[in-house]
Amino acid sequence: MELPFFYLFSAGIIGASLLMVTRSNVIHAALLLVLTFLFLSGVFVLAGAEFLAVVQILLYAGGIMVLYLFSIMLMNVDVSVRLRQFQRQTFFVVLITVILAVEVWVVLARGDAYPGYKGFAWAMGSTPGNVEALGAILYTKYLFPFEVASVLLLAAMVGAIVLAKRTIDR
Amino acid sequence: MIELAWLIPLFPALGVVINGFFGFSHTKDKAGHIAALMIGLSFAVVLGIAYEMIFGKGGTHTVHLWNWIQAGKFSVSVAFLIDPLSTIMLLVVSGVGFLVHVYSVGYLHGDPGYPRFFTYLNLFMLSMFLLVLGNNYLLMFVGWEGVGLCSYLLIGFWYEKKSASDAGKKAFIVNRIGDAGFLLGIFMIWVLTGSMTYTEVFHAAPGITTAGATAIGLLLFIGACGKSAQIPLYVWLPDAMEGPTPVSALIHAATMVTAGVYMVARTSPIYVMGPGALEVIAIVGALTALFAASIGLVQNDIKRVLAYSTVSQLGFMFMALGVGAFAVGVFHLMTHAFFKGLLFLGSGSVIHALHHAPVDQQQDMRYMGGLKSKMPITYWTFVIGAVAIAGVPPLAGFWSKDEILANAFFTGNYFVWGMGSVAAFMTAFYMFRLIFMTFHGEMRVDHHAREHIHESPLSMTVPLMILAALSIVGGIIPGYPPEGGWIHRFLAPSLAKGAGGAHAMNEGGRLVQVASETGGHGGPAATILIVIAILIAVGGIALAWLMYVKNTSIPTNIAKRCSGFHKLLLNKYYIDEIYQACIVNPIYRLMNSLWSFDAKVVDGAVNGSSLITLVSSRVSAAFDLRTVDGAVNGVSSLLSFVSQLLKFIQSGMVQNYLFVMLLGIFVMLSAYLFR
Amino acid sequence: MVPLSHYLALGAIMFVIGAAGVLMRRNAIIILMSIELMLNAVNITFVAFARQWGDMAGQVFAIFVITVAAAEAAVGLAILISLNRDRSILNVDEVNLLKW
Repeated sequence: MELPFFYLFSAGIIGASLLMVTRSNVIHAALLLVLTFLFLSGVFVLAGAEFLAVVQILLYAGGIMVLYLFSIMLMNVDVSVRLRQFQRQTFFVVLITVILAVEVWVVLARGDAYPGYKGFAWAMGSTPGNVEALGAILYTKYLFPFEVASVLLLAAMVGAIVLAKRTIDR
Repeated sequence: MIELAWLIPLFPALGVVINGFFGFSHTKDKAGHIAALMIGLSFAVVLGIAYEMIFGKGGTHTVHLWNWIQAGKFSVSVAFLIDPLSTIMLLVVSGVGFLVHVYSVGYLHGDPGYPRFFTYLNLFMLSMFLLVLGNNYLLMFVGWEGVGLCSYLLIGFWYEKKSASDAGKKAFIVNRIGDAGFLLGIFMIWVLTGSMTYTEVFHAAPGITTAGATAIGLLLFIGACGKSAQIPLYVWLPDAMEGPTPVSALIHAATMVTAGVYMVARTSPIYVMGPGALEVIAIVGALTALFAASIGLVQNDIKRVLAYSTVSQLGFMFMALGVGAFAVGVFHLMTHAFFKGLLFLGSGSVIHALHHAPVDQQQDMRYMGGLKSKMPITYWTFVIGAVAIAGVPPLAGFWSKDEILANAFFTGNYFVWGMGSVAAFMTAFYMFRLIFMTFHGEMRVDHHAREHIHESPLSMTVPLMILAALSIVGGIIPGYPPEGGWIHRFLAPSLAKGAGGAHAMNEGGRLVQVASETGGHGGPAATILIVIAILIAVGGIALAWLMYVKNTSIPTNIAKRCSGFHKLLLNKYYIDEIYQACIVNPIYRLMNSLWSFDAKVVDGAVNGSSLITLVSSRVSAAFDLRTVDGAVNGVSSLLSFVSQLLKFIQSGMVQNYLFVMLLGIFVMLSAYLFR
Repeated sequence: MVPLSHYLALGAIMFVIGAAGVLMRRNAIIILMSIELMLNAVNITFVAFARQWGDMAGQVFAIFVITVAAAEAAVGLAILISLNRDRSILNVDEVNLLKW
C-alpha cells in the first residue's frame, strides 16, 4: 500500500525540483521548492520519521522558505529575468550529474548488505513511538551536538544581522 | 802495381774534393794544376799496371775492394778487373785525359768558373775510371751514369747561355733513353746467367739461348746508341759542342763516347751467342757512319764538322764490332782517341786565337782562312790529325780503318763494306775541306781580331804535339801487321771468351783467323782492298783541294745547282725538327694536359672541399638557428601557449570550481566502483 | 514496505538535481535554493537508513541538518541582500573580483 504513495510523492519531488532549477522567475522557483518540501515530508512519513516530517514543514517550508521569499522581495529581481539564466558549463554539468546519480545510488545501495545491524532504538526494549524515541536519543547521546547547534543558530543570527545591516554614514 | 789499382780512381776523387769544396776559396788559379796533377798520378799508376800487363805476367786480375750488395742470391761487390781490354782502355782514358787537363789549364785561363770546370773534369775522370775498371755490370753502370752526369755538367758549363744549358739537357735526356735499354739488358743478363760479374757471366754465356743472347745484345746496344751517339740517339752530340773545346776533345771524342764500344767489346762472349744482334750493330754502325759523314760535308761550324766526324767514326767502330772483329773495334777506338783528340784540341787552339772576333764568327769557317802562317804548330799538328783520320798510311787511322773495312768485306758484309768506303771518302773530303777553309786561302777574319791572332801557349801546344806524335806512330806500332799485330794478340784473351767458354773462344778466334787467312799478310784480295782504301783517302783529299783551293767557286755552284739536297744536308736532314715534332711536342702536350688535369682536379678538389665546408657551415648555421633557437623559443612559446590555455582554470567563478570538485567526486566514485 | 534502494535512488536523484542547479544557474538565490535541495536529499538518505537499521541516529542527524540549513540560509541571504543593496548584483558571475 505504501509503494504507490511513494511513487506519487517521489514523482512530485523530482518534477518539482527539476522545474525549480530551470525556472527563470525566482518566485516560481521558491514556490516550487516549497512544493518539493511538502512532498518530501510525505516521504518522511512513509519512512517512519513522523516528527521529522512535521519539522520539515514547520521549519523548512514555513521558516526557511518564508525567509527566502522575504529576501526575494527585498531584492530587485526583475532585472535578472532578462539576463541569461544558465551557465556555459550546463551541458557538462548535466552529463556528469546524470552519471553521478547512478553511481551514488549504486554505492549507497550496497547498504543492503548489512540487514542485521540493530541500532540504539531497539536497545530500549519495546517499540516506542517516533517522538519518544527521538527524544530519548537526542537528549542523552547527542546532547552536546544539540547544544552546539543552538550556539550555531545564535551565531548565524548575529551574523545575518550584521551582514545585512545598512552601513550608516556618520 | 796491379793491387794498387784502387789508386786510379782515388786521385781524381781527391781532386774533386779539393777543387769542389775549396776551389773558389783556396785553390782558385791553381785548381787546374791540382786537377792535372791528380790525373798525372793516375796515369803513372796506369803506366805501372800496363807495364806489368804487357811486359810482366799479364793475365786477368781482380782487385776486390768491398762487398757492396748482398741480398739473397744477388751479390755485387766493388771490385776492379785488370785484364788486357781494361788496360788498353785505361791507357787511352788516363793518357788523353791527362793531356786534355794540361791543355785546359791554358784554354780556360781567366774563366770565372775555373775551379768548377776542373772539379767536373776530375769527377768525369773518376766516373770513367769506374766504368772501365769495374768487374761487374752494375759498377760499369755507376760509371756510365757518372759520365753522363759530367757530360751534362760540362756541356752546360757556360750555363748562362741558353743554347748551352739546352744542349746539356738534351744530352742527358737522350742518354737516359739509351740507359733504359742498358738497364733492361743488365736485368736480362742477371735473369739468364744469375750474376752480374763479368767472369761469372761469361762463364755462363755458352748456356744462354740464341734468342736470349740476341735480346741482351740488342738491349745493351740501345744503351750504346745513346752513349756512343749512333742512329737514332746521336742528336745530342752535335749540340754538345756548346761545351768548352777540351770537353769536346776529352768526352765527346776520346773517352765517354767510346764507353759504348767498350761495353759491347766487353760483352763479346754474349754477342757471339746471338749473331742477330751483331748484324744489327754492323748495319746501324755503317748507316751512322755514312749518314753523319754526309751531314759533315756542308757544315760551317768547325766544331760541328768534328762532331759529325766523331759520330761517323763511332759508326766505324760499331761496324767493326758488328762483323765480329772486336779487337779491331777497340784498336780504332784507340787511334781515334789520338787523332780526334788532336783535331778537337787544334780547333780549340784556333777558336782561342780568334777570341777577339764577334762571337758568332769565332767558330764559323767562313770567317777564317789564311791562319796557316800565324799558327804554324797548330796548323801542322792539325794536318797530321787530318791525314790520320783520312786513312793515309802509315799514320794511325789507316791501320785501324782499313782493318775494319777488310773485316767487313771478308765476313761477307759487302753492303757494310760499301757504305764504310763511301763514308771513308767523305771523311777525307770534309776533313781537308776544313783545313783548306780554316788555314788556307785569303783571310776572312774580322779586321779587329786579326791583330790578336797568335799561336797558343805551350800548355796548349805541347799536348797537340804529343797527340800528333801518337797519331803518327800509334797505329803502326800496335797494329802492324794487320790482323796479326801486337794489339790483336794482346786483346785476344779478353774478347769473345769466358773462363771455360770454349765455344765462344772458338767463334772469336775463328773470325780473327778467317780474316787473317783470306786477308792477312799479303793475300791478293786484301792488297786490292788496301789499294782501294788508299785511293779513296787520296781521292777525297784531292777533291777537297780542287773545290776549296784551286777553284773556290765550285762549292757555291754545286750548292746552287743542288740547292734542295744542299739545304737538306745543311739542316742535318731536319732530324732534330722531326724529333721535336713527333716526340718532344706530343710529350709536352701530354705533360701540359696532365698538369692541367692535376691542377683542375686538385684545385677543383680543394675548392670543392672549401665549397663543401661553406655549404655545410651554412647548413649547420641554419640548423643551429632554426632548430636550436627554435627549440629554445619553442619552449617559451609552448609555455605561454599552455598558460594561455590554463589561465581559464582560474576563472574567478566559484561555480567552475565547484564543478571541478564534482568532477573529482565523480572520478573517485568511478574508481571505487570499478576497482 | 518500500525497499531501501528506492529511498536511496530518490535521494541520489534529488542530490544530483540540486548539484546541477548549483552549477548551472547564475541567479544566486536559485543556487542557494538548490543547496537546500541537496541538503534535503541527504536528509532522506539519513532517514532511510535509520529506518533500515532501526537506528534513531539517522533522524537525529536529519534534525541537525535542518538546523544547519536554516543557519546557512540566513547568513547566505544576508550576504546576498548586502551585495544587492550596494552593487545591484544578483548573478554570481558578477562577483568576480578574484577573476584574472
